[in-house]
Amino acid sequence: MVDFGGWDMPVAYGSQIEEHHAVRRTAGVFDVSHMGIVDLRGERCREFLRGLLANDVARLNLPGKALYSCMLNEQGGVLDDLIVYYLDEDFFRLVVNAGTRDTDLAWIGARAAEYGVALRERRDLAMLAIQGPQARERSAALLTAEAAWAVLELQPFFGAQIGAWMVARTGYTGEDGFEIMLPAPEATSVWRRLNAAGVRSCGLGARDTLRLEAGMNLYGNDMNEQTNPLESGLAWTVAFDPPDRAFVGRAVLEGIRARGPQLKQVGLVLDERAVLRSHQRVLVPGVGEGCVTSGTYSPTLERSIGLARVPMATGLSVQVEVRGRELPARVVRVPFVRHGKALISLV
Amino acid sequence: MSNIPQDLKFTRSHEWVKPLGDGITEFGISDHAQHALGDLVFVELPDVGRVLKLGESCAVVESVKAASDVYAPLSGTVVAVNDQLRHTPELINRDPYGGGWLVRLRSGAPADAGLMSASEYAVLTTQG
Repeated sequence: MVDFGGWDMPVAYGSQIEEHHAVRRTAGVFDVSHMGIVDLRGERCREFLRGLLANDVARLNLPGKALYSCMLNEQGGVLDDLIVYYLDEDFFRLVVNAGTRDTDLAWIGARAAEYGVALRERRDLAMLAIQGPQARERSAALLTAEAAWAVLELQPFFGAQIGAWMVARTGYTGEDGFEIMLPAPEATSVWRRLNAAGVRSCGLGARDTLRLEAGMNLYGNDMNEQTNPLESGLAWTVAFDPPDRAFVGRAVLEGIRARGPQLKQVGLVLDERAVLRSHQRVLVPGVGEGCVTSGTYSPTLERSIGLARVPMATGLSVQVEVRGRELPARVVRVPFVRHGKALISLV
Repeated sequence: MSNIPQDLKFTRSHEWVKPLGDGITEFGISDHAQHALGDLVFVELPDVGRVLKLGESCAVVESVKAASDVYAPLSGTVVAVNDQLRHTPELINRDPYGGGWLVRLRSGAPADAGLMSASEYAVLTTQG
């Protein structure tokens, strides 16, 4: 068990690598109740969020649709990354990181009042992520026929209210699946029924190796208040159009974009028998230096992978300082793995 | 509760030691250590013939979570290493006191000099 943002959470229930493979091959369930669920209500919700977030909730045109976004400070630094669900014109839901929950609530709360938007933190809800090629089918088997039909109809990145549950076709693993927000007292029995349906219990360890194979950032590792999304592999989440939408951090990002970012995020693959870890130095001959922001052993690729922030001019190979040795690493495009398949060439 | 065989000796840094006779001593890492590390993915072993001093870093066991040095529990010359670990490091997780052994040393020193008994080691690991 480890302390994770004030929550006592298991790294693994058994073998972390077997939990990882279960998600790539069949299905696994993660207790992600540590994530913060914040409901926003008010007629001007959409207008408020268009100013608060770097991605544009104007893109949410169908009820249930979800959007991934950064929330920035005035300097363009990343306060958090989150998912926003559009549930109704006066009702949006945010899912934020555990470690930033309190600062997020303070930041959002300080700005919401002006728009008449009310915040409600949903500590009454637990959250389970069921992920893997069999995840949707095995989850739906626990539901009534009508509810099963409704959740199996969900398109990727959509959620729906099913009684007291909200079920969304989202996740953090690079596999298909659901994230279910449900009344906390129901969570244990649902977990056991999922186990009985062949869905394996998975801990934080597998969650990290799966998200990294999927090329997904982890807040605090791959970006934070001191880094901007353009240099953290998150440019795709910043909506500069329309040009007249004023969002927090926009002016600074416009400046960085005009000058050209100095740094970029890349994927690294180490073919040596060693493991990339965050904070290792990345040496780019003739160019400069960077830093590994996340690193691990990839159970699918059977070698180490990582994300690094490096100078813009970095080419296709670098050296990484691993436990006192300089080892060659390949620079690759992420994701490393998607839907169970390796997307990089293995040598 | 981790498995601590009564017939082995242990170090404070979680290596176990087993005398094999003829001045040969085998060592590896304890069940407590493998459990704390989690799934092992790489193992670096010393070359056969290398002379190790007591307490010297002589191997690395690396898990998904972290890399950890292994220290020589006594001085001696490496006579064999467990080559199977290069391809199946998970043997250490599955069988830390058997198939997961790391190194065999020829040593002049008595195999239990300065080492802890199983019961002393049990106290160390329950105290965290």
